[in-house]
Amino acid sequence: MDMKSLKSYLYWLYCQFELITCSYLMEPWEKVLFHSFNVAMLLAVLYSAYVFVPGHVSTALQFLLHLFGKQQDNQHVPVVK
Amino acid sequence: MNHIVHNGGLYKRPFNEAFEETPMLVAVLTYVGYGVLTLFGYLRDFMRQWKIEKCQNATEREEQKDFVPLYQDFENFYNRNLYMRIRDSWNRPICSVPGAKVDMMERISHDYNWTFTYTGRVIKDIINMGSYNYLGFAQKSGTCQEAAAKVLSQYGAGVCSTRQEMGNLDKHEELEKLVARFLGVESAMAYGMGFATNSMNIPALVGKGCLILSDELNHASLVLGARLSGATIRIFKHNNMQSLEKLLKDAIVHGQPRTRRPWKKILILVEGIYSMEGSIVRLPEVIALKKKYKSYLYLDEAHSIGALGPSGRGVVEYFGLNPEDVDVMMGTFTKSFGAAGGYIGGKKELIDYLRTYSHSAVYATSLSPPVVEQIITSMKCIMGEDGTTVGKARVQQLAENTRYFRRRLKEMGFIIYGNEDSPVVPLMLYMPAKIGAFGREMLKRNIGVVVVGFPATPIIESRARFCLSAAHTKEMLDTALKEINEVGDLLQLKYSRHRLVPLLDRPFDETTYEETED
Repeated sequence: MDMKSLKSYLYWLYCQFELITCSYLMEPWEKVLFHSFNVAMLLAVLYSAYVFVPGHVSTALQFLLHLFGKQQDNQHVPVVK
Repeated sequence: MNHIVHNGGLYKRPFNEAFEETPMLVAVLTYVGYGVLTLFGYLRDFMRQWKIEKCQNATEREEQKDFVPLYQDFENFYNRNLYMRIRDSWNRPICSVPGAKVDMMERISHDYNWTFTYTGRVIKDIINMGSYNYLGFAQKSGTCQEAAAKVLSQYGAGVCSTRQEMGNLDKHEELEKLVARFLGVESAMAYGMGFATNSMNIPALVGKGCLILSDELNHASLVLGARLSGATIRIFKHNNMQSLEKLLKDAIVHGQPRTRRPWKKILILVEGIYSMEGSIVRLPEVIALKKKYKSYLYLDEAHSIGALGPSGRGVVEYFGLNPEDVDVMMGTFTKSFGAAGGYIGGKKELIDYLRTYSHSAVYATSLSPPVVEQIITSMKCIMGEDGTTVGKARVQQLAENTRYFRRRLKEMGFIIYGNEDSPVVPLMLYMPAKIGAFGREMLKRNIGVVVVGFPATPIIESRARFCLSAAHTKEMLDTALKEINEVGDLLQLKYSRHRLVPLLDRPFDETTYEETED
């Protein structure tokens, strides 16, 4: 029962996507073209995220720690009399 | 938001008009949809150009390929790439009288709406929410039909002449006297075609050296008439009295553009009900402005005659004004009277002038006798002169239907434009795929609606337009509302962010302020 309602909900979501992007009006071959383009773009974005995001996140964290550490050093010097 | 305007006592009743703003997300998504369709349009055009796909639309001949291109503008691009995809919602062939219910011929298309074939089946008893049948006079039985049949057997169908030559029947004289009495004016004249009444008579009234102040959203017939006349045309914002007053002030102060001479005459063109917006003109304010600045008023009551006012006399009666204040009262017989043609009413000198100088009177064939009899019978019915109260009942039924239908749609959460009392109800759709989907889904559920998109409306504001009728019973309206609710949920059309509190059957009075919760 739950699978059925989930499937019908997903189908309804797909229908809304079709209506908003006007693929409801397209001929079948146009739909194939449009959906394959969208899926290709999505896969490309996901792959780029998988490859680059860990590197970018670690670089950003390193930079922030470095900055924070430098600030702490600068602050400590005047406090210590 | 409901604007309740009390303008220094000019209005004797509350004027509730609302045009809810387009939600930002919906506007963005509409543009996304149009963007995708445009890209695919370019792709299809490319394929047609390079003969990868068969070209089924009109193109220039081989010999004319080097001439100025005919089909490269946006209108033609829109036509072959966007309009063709949803074309099955328009030009649907009906095969019965367009009353409250109508029969339609079923048709299917095997090549995506380029050609249609009839399956042979007739879809029966579709609830008709698209015909301009405001008082329900589109009938094939009843007093109007019997009278028209009798006149048909007496006079025949054709007139074969113009009004000025041999086409002036005694029926036409009778009709014109009746129309004058109905409107409360001195004299009236009837023409064979409503569009031609506007486009052929405005050139007879104004010419070069005159100024026409026309509303932004005026009908094509008024625009055509104004352009044909050769007068200077200035547009004021829709139903906006400040804009109109500013234009009038500028016109009086500065006069004609180069010579600074005063304008020969200033004519204000407005409509009673604007059929795409469902809004009613602010007539008390227009008349006050007209009197202050000494200009003339041309009121096109195509949709409001018979549909507004306690006894169906139109927008002048709705506001409780004097018909003599409106210089030229124009209207059509196509909508509330179930016939064809148009009329112009006003002072006797004006109408006598038009009888000689109007293009329509001189060149157009006059009204057909059975049509004239339909108008006479229906008008007498509305006025109550046939001895029954059928006319009054119809006018009241239409007002009730209007209020009920609009109220229920607003409660459901749709965005509805226009005035609370107008029987034309535009329901906003916005997205292009939803235009086609709405038309098709409603037809599947046996309800016929008219959907409108570009170029009749601005490109993102496409809508479905319901025309209520006195012939609709409450059961029909309830069925229609149920189906509209279903389709609205299916297509996610309930965009309104103002939720109306359901009315508790209390009359609207001065102490009820907030009826909306945001």
